[in-house]
Amino acid sequence: MRDAPSSGWQDARLHVVTGKGGTGKTTVAAAMALTLASGGRRTLLIEVEGRQGIAQLFDVPPLPYQERKIAVPPDGGEVRALAVDAEEALLEYLEMFYRLGGAGRMLKRLGAIDFATTIAPGLRDVLLTGKVKEAVTRTDKSHRVYDAVVLDAPPTGRIGRFLNVTAEVAGLAKVGPIKSQSEGVAALLRSPMTAVHVVTVLEDMPVQETIDAIGELEELDLPVGTVIVNMTRPPLLAGAKLTQAGLSRGLAAAGLPHDRATVTGLLSEARDQQSRLAQEGRLREELDEVGRPILELPFLADGVGLSGLFTLADALADQGVHGH
Amino acid sequence: MPRNLTPPKLDLDAILADRGIRIVVCCGAGGVGKTTTAAALALRAAERHGRRTVVLTIDPARRLAQSLGLTELDNTPRPVTGVKAEGDGQLHAMMLDMKRTFDEVVLTHTRPEKAQEIFANPFYQAMSSTFAGTQEYMAMEKLSQLSAVDVADGGWDLIVVDTPPSRSALDFLDAPRRLSKFLDSRMLRMLLAPARSGGLSVLRMMGASLNVFGRAMRKILGGQLLSDVSTFVASFDSMFGGFAERAERTYRVLQARQTAFLVVATPEQDAIREAGYFAGRLSEERMPLAGLVLNRVHGLAVPDLSAERSAGGAEALGAGGGAGAGGGKRSAGASLAAEVLLLHADLVRQVAREQRIADQFRRSHPAVPVAEVPAQPEDVHDLEGLRGIGTSLAA
Repeated sequence: MRDAPSSGWQDARLHVVTGKGGTGKTTVAAAMALTLASGGRRTLLIEVEGRQGIAQLFDVPPLPYQERKIAVPPDGGEVRALAVDAEEALLEYLEMFYRLGGAGRMLKRLGAIDFATTIAPGLRDVLLTGKVKEAVTRTDKSHRVYDAVVLDAPPTGRIGRFLNVTAEVAGLAKVGPIKSQSEGVAALLRSPMTAVHVVTVLEDMPVQETIDAIGELEELDLPVGTVIVNMTRPPLLAGAKLTQAGLSRGLAAAGLPHDRATVTGLLSEARDQQSRLAQEGRLREELDEVGRPILELPFLADGVGLSGLFTLADALADQGVHGH
Repeated sequence: MPRNLTPPKLDLDAILADRGIRIVVCCGAGGVGKTTTAAALALRAAERHGRRTVVLTIDPARRLAQSLGLTELDNTPRPVTGVKAEGDGQLHAMMLDMKRTFDEVVLTHTRPEKAQEIFANPFYQAMSSTFAGTQEYMAMEKLSQLSAVDVADGGWDLIVVDTPPSRSALDFLDAPRRLSKFLDSRMLRMLLAPARSGGLSVLRMMGASLNVFGRAMRKILGGQLLSDVSTFVASFDSMFGGFAERAERTYRVLQARQTAFLVVATPEQDAIREAGYFAGRLSEERMPLAGLVLNRVHGLAVPDLSAERSAGGAEALGAGGGAGAGGGKRSAGASLAAEVLLLHADLVRQVAREQRIADQFRRSHPAVPVAEVPAQPEDVHDLEGLRGIGTSLAA
């Protein structure tokens, strides 16, 4: 069925989705979580930036620091969602190792937690990715709790630093829980269990950032999965030679007005489309040169919404994305 | 009667011509065209309104940067070539170098030897390039520097600022205070030098748990980091007051009558939501919101032809049944006309959707003037393109 070269990313269980702001990475991450859950599987969709983007997308109240069922694919299965909060994660963590009791909450109120993650920004990222790793590897009666985890990650501008946890904590303690935690996270992120997908749209700046981000990820030895071109439109009128007379005859045949204003107006809309296509063609070539599998998702004229998410999930499934 | 959603028109030419306005801040979510808007406004101010303008960009697209003659991070405003300025108009552009800006702040507040000590500190090095909010703070710091010299003394007549692509568009408002609060934080001093925390009785009551916390932090953060922080704080001590004061001053500049904020958005759900937050926040902070710039608004050349009729026409011409099926039978002309009609139908639906989204903002902020910029078929990356955007902005 698929003619795309089979790549390691198909076997990943942690899918990290990044992209420039405005490219729809949260939407794509949610669609991917749906696709991977279909057929009776269970996936977890995680966000880490405190934006509550998942809650907005699914139109539900803000997510707590707790895994909640958020959607069910048409053929069974379950998508859960979690908004990871660095402060909560640190408290959870300290609790595990040091038994702070109620003092933990007090420290939070005093800003101590904020302070700790401020003087060591890498600590925050290690805590966030540490929680992600915990979800990926969690088992219940020796069965994995999640068949796949999809992370709505920070945007392309910050993704390298976010995922490069060992370097992030290099300045921190040489021994101790965070050190071993970061090594565990780094091992997972650099293994075939992980695939980092970069979402883009066919515009200058997002494509440029996509190419830059992939270069950075490769340099860091992080496994790049696919490039996901979002909001694509059918290439209507690609390369077509349009004439006033031809269009006028067509409109007449369709029983539509074909006065001069209508014909020139429609022609100018068509010409805009053609120059957009030409630019998109150039950007596609730039993306092709990156040499990664490219997935495409359609632009949804009526906005995303829940039904739109299912449409996108189907489109991913049609291009070979599947759970296992 | 339906409420009229025609908002007041945002008169950008009036703002650019107003000599009382020295600072224009473009803010909004990532990816909405803030940098392009800032550059287009600055160019128009120089060319049409004779103003000595500098545009401060944070992270411009490569080709846009090239069109402004910016090839590298460079903290000095450089003249932009190709500007057809009127009268005394000039356009300079610069790209923020946050590390260098931070270094400059340190240098102005401390003796050279002390500054060298600070520069050598590993914690300072990490903080000045990666601290969350440093970029926002340094953008505001640079703005403050650029606006410090009066026009009469040869200072900039107009400064157009592009804000950093933050996690949240609000970050740059909070960052200066957050950073100066951090540098001045009692928590910092207490953790590093417990002896100095004598006066904080609440904290002393919690001494035991703080001790546990302190030990845990030491385990997690490591002795080396804490000692770097400690040295840093010691050598920074004399500057705390300076930092807090600078943050306050920048804040006051932003509140002043000489500043105009423009919230930039596109007619997309996320961008509009962010714009709404921003407008609310600015009014809370009593900062002067001049209006909303709505970029990439699609328009119709044939507004009278509805999506339904257009799609119906396309179907009559044989489209919609799949490109392959029966494609051979219809004439090439008919099939092209069908595609033109399908395209128009899509565009009508998109325009309606954008209108609905933009109306959300208009309904909740009826008094905020709006300027719309039509979607460009291609990305803008030269002065001619920026002039075109400027014309739409002022239309």
